[in-house]
Amino acid sequence: MIGAIARNRLWNLRHDRAALVLSFVVPIVFFSIFAGIFGGAGRSSTPRVKVAVVDEDGSDGSRRFVAALKADRALDAVDTSPSVGSLPGVRFTATAAEAAVRGGAFPVALVIPKGFGAHPIRFGPAAEGPKMTVLSDPSDPIAPQVLAGLIQKTAMVAMPDAMARAGMEEIDRWGGGLTEQQKSTLEGNLTSMRGRAAVAAVTPRPGEAADGLVSVERRDVLGRKKDHGMVAFYAAGLGVMFLLFSAAGAGAAIIEEAESGTLDRILSTRVNMTTLLAGKLLYLAVLAATQLLVMFLWGSIAFGLEMRGHWTGFLIMTVATALAASTFGLLLASVSRSRMQLVALSNLTVLAMSAVGGSMFPRFLMPEAIQKLGLLTLNAWAIDGFQKVFWREEPVSHLWPQVLVLLGIAAVFFTIARRAARRWEQT
Amino acid sequence: MTALALEVHDLHKSFGGMKALDGVTLEVAPGEILGLLGPNGAGKTTLVRSIVGRVVPESGTLLVFGSPPGSAAATAARGWVPQEIALYSLLTPAENLWTFGRYQGLSGRALDSAIAQSLEWAGLTDRRKSSTRTLSGGMRRRLNIAAGTIHQPRLLLLDEPTVGVDPQSRERIYAMIEELKSRGVALLYTTHYMEEAERLCDRIAIIDHGRIIASGTRDALVRSTLGTDQAVTIDAEAPVEAALRARLEAMGAKVDGARVTVVAEDPPEQIRRLLEAFHTEGADVRDLTLKHASLEEVFLNLTGRELRE
Repeated sequence: MIGAIARNRLWNLRHDRAALVLSFVVPIVFFSIFAGIFGGAGRSSTPRVKVAVVDEDGSDGSRRFVAALKADRALDAVDTSPSVGSLPGVRFTATAAEAAVRGGAFPVALVIPKGFGAHPIRFGPAAEGPKMTVLSDPSDPIAPQVLAGLIQKTAMVAMPDAMARAGMEEIDRWGGGLTEQQKSTLEGNLTSMRGRAAVAAVTPRPGEAADGLVSVERRDVLGRKKDHGMVAFYAAGLGVMFLLFSAAGAGAAIIEEAESGTLDRILSTRVNMTTLLAGKLLYLAVLAATQLLVMFLWGSIAFGLEMRGHWTGFLIMTVATALAASTFGLLLASVSRSRMQLVALSNLTVLAMSAVGGSMFPRFLMPEAIQKLGLLTLNAWAIDGFQKVFWREEPVSHLWPQVLVLLGIAAVFFTIARRAARRWEQT
Repeated sequence: MTALALEVHDLHKSFGGMKALDGVTLEVAPGEILGLLGPNGAGKTTLVRSIVGRVVPESGTLLVFGSPPGSAAATAARGWVPQEIALYSLLTPAENLWTFGRYQGLSGRALDSAIAQSLEWAGLTDRRKSSTRTLSGGMRRRLNIAAGTIHQPRLLLLDEPTVGVDPQSRERIYAMIEELKSRGVALLYTTHYMEEAERLCDRIAIIDHGRIIASGTRDALVRSTLGTDQAVTIDAEAPVEAALRARLEAMGAKVDGARVTVVAEDPPEQIRRLLEAFHTEGADVRDLTLKHASLEEVFLNLTGRELRE
C-alpha cells in the first residue's frame, strides 16, 4: 500500500514535466549561485577590495608604499580618478577620495599624510607622528578591516628599511647611543634591506600579518547613520525579496480564476484582458507599496531607522520597486500552466534573483562577476536606490538610473505578461 | 420588426481537425426558452462559448439582438451562467454580485439596487454577508445565476444550471427561470434533464456532432420523429402461456415473460382485443399502461445514444 502511494506521487510528478525538471534544476541553480558567491569558483574570483589612495606625502617612502599597495592582489588600489572621455584622470585628493567613498564608488579610501615617509612607524600608544586615515563606508564592514591589515603588512614588506631605521633610532634614543661603527654597519644593512623589499612586496606570502606599528585612524564617512543604514539595507533587501514572493503568490489568482471558470465569465463581460491585467497590477502594486511602507515604518519604530527627510526618495523608490515586483508576479502567473508550476517557478526565480541581487548577502562582498550579474535583477536596482536614499543620503535626482531601470523592467514584464495571457483569450 | 434575441446561421468551428460546430443554425425569439439538448461532446459548450464571445467561429453568422457577440451592445444584452460555480468563494454573495455588476458596467445606486434585488430574487438576502463557500450547493447555484443576470440581460445563456442540486433547490431554480421568462428574457437552456426541458422550454433543439439535427416544440419533435403511435404495456399476473403468446404475437405484440408491449395506432380498439385474448385464455392482468412517446425516446431515436452518455 505504501508503495502504491509512492508510485501514485511519482506518476503525478512524471506527468507534470515542468515540476519534474524544476525539482532537479532548482537545487543545481542554487548550489551554483552560492558556490559562486562564496568562492567556489576559485581564487581568481575572490573579491578585491577597491581602495582610493591619496598620497599627500609624496616622499620616496610613501611612493614605495603606494606601489606596494597597487601590487597587492587582495586590493584594487587606485590613486587617480577615472578618465572621462579625452580628459585624463587626476590624482585623488582627500576631499575627492571622501566624496568617492560617500558616493559608493569605493568602499574605502586611504589618506597617507605628510611626513609618513620620514616616520612610518611609531612605538607605544602615546607616540606622536603622522597617522594614516582610512575613510570607510560602513555598509562594507570588511573592506576597512582588510585594508588595515594590509597597511601593516605592506609597510613591513615594502619599507623594511624605514621600519628598521625607526627601530634603530629608538635603540639609539633609549639605549644610551650607538657607536659610529654600529651606525655604519646598520646603514649598510638598511640599504640592502631596501633593495629586497620591492621584490617581497609584489610576492606576498600567505599568512603575513599586521602588527600595528603603522598608526592608522579609521573614520566612517557616513558614520552618523551607520546603524540606521544597515537597517535600511535589510529592510530594502528582504523587503524586495518578500515583495517578489507575495507578488508571485497574488499573481496565482489569475490561474485560480482560469481553473474555476471565473476568468471565462469575466472575459464575457465588459472587461478585456488588458483591463484585467491592469486592474491586477494596480492591486499588486498597492499591496507591494504598503508592504514596503510597513516594513520601513517598523524599522523606524523598532530599530530607529530615520524616515524624516527621506520620505520623497522613499516614496519614489517604493513606487518604482512595487511596480517592477508586481509585473514580475503577473509575468510568472501568465507563463505558468498550473499553480504547481507557478510555485516551482517563483521559488526558483525569486530565490535566485534575491541571492544574486543582494537581498540575502550584500553584493559588494560578492565576486565582481556575480556583482555584475546581479545588475540583471530588479533586487539589485531596488536595493541600490534605497541605499542612496537612506545611507548615502543622495539627492532625489540621483535616483534616476534606478527608477528608470525599475520602470523599464515593469514595462517589459507587463508587455510579456500581456502577450502570454493571450492563451486565456478567445480560442 | 423586433430583432431576434439570438440568430445563429451556419456556424462552423474546428479544434485541431475536430469539427465542434458543423453548420449550426438556430434562433431564439425574445421571451422564448429554447432548450439545447445533446450528448457530451456534441458541440453545446462550443456553441455557448461562441455566443458569449469566448470562441471565435471560423465561419457563419452569430447575432445577439442584431449585434455581433464581441460588440458592446451584445455584451450588455447578454448574460451567461456557466455550468461551473464561477464565483469567488471567499467573498460574500453581496461582494460577488458587486464584482460582476461592476464588470457589467453598473455603478452607484443602480449597482446597489441591482445587488439588493438579485439577493432577494435568489433568496439570499439573509446570507448576504456569509462567505460564499459556506453556502449550500443550491444557494451557490442560485448565486451563480444571479451573478449572470445582475445587469438584467435580455438574452440569458444557462448552462446546466441545476447540476448536483437537490429536488427542493431545483424547484426554486425553476421558479427563478420562470420569473425570467415572465419578464420577457430569452433563454438558451442547455440541460441533461429531460423533465427540465419538457417543463421549461418552449422549443427544443437537439445537437449532435456539431449539427442541429432536430428542433421544434416537444410535441412536434415527438410527432415528427416517432409519429402519433402510443405504447401499450400489459403486465400479467404470471408468465404468459404458449397459447396466449401465439394469439398476442399475431396481434403484433412483444412478449417478455409476464410483460406484453405493443405500439398502438388505434389504442382503444387494440387494447379491447388484447384484453379479450387474456380473458379467452383465462389469464389475469395485473396492470395496464398507455403512454405517449417521450422526449427521451426521441433523443435516443435521433442520436442513437442516451442523453447522459
